[in-house]
Amino acid sequence: MGFWEFTADTYPEVLGATAEHVVLVLQGLAAALIVAVPVAALTYRSRLPRGAALGIAGIVLTIPSYALFGLLIAPLGLGTAPAVVALTLYALLPIMRNTVVGLRSVDPAVVEAGRGMGLSRGQILRTIELPLAWPVIITGLRVATQILLGIAAIAAAVNGPGLGNLILEGLSSAGTPFAVYLTLQGTLGIVVLAVLFDLCFAVLARFTTSRGIRA
Amino acid sequence: MPESPPRPMIRLTGLTKHYPGQAEPAVDHLDLEVPEGEIVVFVGPSGCGKTTTMKLVNRLIEPTSGRIEIDGRDVTGVDPDRLRRGIGYAIQQTGLFPHRTVADNIATVPRLLGWGRERIAARVDELLAKVGLDPQTYRDRHPGRLSGGQQQRVGVARALAADPPVLLMDEPFGAIDPLTREALQEEFLRLQRDIRKTIVFVTHDIDEAVKMGDRIAIFGECGRVLQYDTPARILGEPAEGFVADFIGNGTNVRRLSLTRLCEVEVSDDRPVVVRGSGDGGCPTAPGSFALLVDRDRRPLGWAEPGQDRPLPLISHLGPEHTLHDALDAMLANNSDTVVVTDQDGRYRGTVEMATIQTHLHRVGGPGNEGGPVRGGERADRSIGTS
Ligand SMILES: Nc1ncnc2c1ncn2[C@@H]1O[C@H](COP(=O)(O)OP(=O)(O)OP(=O)(O)O)[C@@H](O)[C@H]1O
Ligand SMILES: [Mg+2]
Repeated sequence: MGFWEFTADTYPEVLGATAEHVVLVLQGLAAALIVAVPVAALTYRSRLPRGAALGIAGIVLTIPSYALFGLLIAPLGLGTAPAVVALTLYALLPIMRNTVVGLRSVDPAVVEAGRGMGLSRGQILRTIELPLAWPVIITGLRVATQILLGIAAIAAAVNGPGLGNLILEGLSSAGTPFAVYLTLQGTLGIVVLAVLFDLCFAVLARFTTSRGIRA
Repeated sequence: MPESPPRPMIRLTGLTKHYPGQAEPAVDHLDLEVPEGEIVVFVGPSGCGKTTTMKLVNRLIEPTSGRIEIDGRDVTGVDPDRLRRGIGYAIQQTGLFPHRTVADNIATVPRLLGWGRERIAARVDELLAKVGLDPQTYRDRHPGRLSGGQQQRVGVARALAADPPVLLMDEPFGAIDPLTREALQEEFLRLQRDIRKTIVFVTHDIDEAVKMGDRIAIFGECGRVLQYDTPARILGEPAEGFVADFIGNGTNVRRLSLTRLCEVEVSDDRPVVVRGSGDGGCPTAPGSFALLVDRDRRPLGWAEPGQDRPLPLISHLGPEHTLHDALDAMLANNSDTVVVTDQDGRYRGTVEMATIQTHLHRVGGPGNEGGPVRGGERADRSIGTS
């Protein structure tokens, strides 16, 4: 039995695992976005807090993924929870850093004009700075997504969902004819997802960026 | 109607701003009053505290000490955002929101004030027309697709959007080519004649100050105002060495730009020929020229006896031009006469080189009180000189 025949037989499982993978990554991204953007918005103006926030997010990224998933089992148990939290932590740095860069690249004259016309700090952030930083933020999201798609495969090691389960199954049945097929299914699934996500982000970036600041 | 002294709209008392970590204060015990409906220009060298003073007025910068009153009210008691919504603000870099259309940019303050959709749309179009931009063409554009001059027009329109009584403008016509800049200045002065806002206008160009200002405050080091007076008097009797140095040479020529042709007596002793009326009005003396006009008395050219074709009229000037423009036209045309029309373009008379000389002599140099101020107004007192 060849790889494609095998896949034709097992495609419901492959599709199921792929869907789980997508949901897992999206959860991690959403949570990271909710944390990273406000932290960036609160800290980007002053050097010390900004350095601290980016520094911590940077350190998290250096923790080996296996170790991080493992460490999270103690407080969160097995399954989806530690996987989502780990992915969130990994996505923090790219999103936070790009948000900071985006916010800092807004022309100070634009912000000053806004203040001079009586927009409040919050209004300036919401209606001026974040929309202007958005193309850079969405690039951060894109990078984070690519990172998370790969790392999410390790979720299987903590009983989490996703394409990692196919790879893990392949590894544990090493020596059988299907071992390679399973691993290949998991890997190809991730690669295909990476391409599709990138396409989606390109479209999203185009439709959510004001015509006035589109490159 | 007797002219009562205008009421001060902005009053600064003992205003001081000391930035932390700076040896000298940026603004030092400044006393200044800006009369209602006038343009007061802050002019002076770079770093002398003009921008700082202006930003103290709308509390973009908080003062170290001193009082700021607008329309008799101390601004420190007002919520700063509320205060700023009532004060127009335009800056050199324009600070237009690049992700918003021209219309949305102009609508910023009206939206903050909760105006209705239709009222805002009408106001946007009205303002675009006022600053010389066709609403159809420009309202839906983004600032990135405007020229520098157009952006500054939009910046001015945005500052005027909610019809604030007070306007703060920091080098609003800076950073553009001299021609566009002059056009913008002219248009803005024309606009101001209708809207009569109280305006603080910052520049470091003394020519712009003379042109735009009803009064000029000349700033020296550390935010001190060295002289606060009408352009005519500042040019006529510059205070202290620094002011005289800052104004530089050419005060006589500069003074010419304070007088509009509508305030000048023109001579009408040139013979005039109406085209198509036969030879009746042709000049008798050979070698002298008559002005050829059409039936509406619009100037067409110079008619010379014995010549079929009139000589073209190189330029003629309207009532809003100044004696400076007249002199310029004479020099450009290599002539000692320039034709002046009324606002409908009808021939009014000519200004001669001699007229200019007499005028300069009459308005006089140092020691002469006052002089005609733009728009025929006279500012008869010096207020709040620091
Ligand atoms: N935010 C700030 N912090 C510290 N010092 C400042 C700040 N802003 C301005 N200054 C200082 O205050 C002084 C006055 O600055 P200001 O911007 O008011 O000058 P200006 O007259 O507007 O000059 P220019 O014509 O160059 O715009 C300068 O010496 C400047 O260095
Ligand atoms: Mg300045």
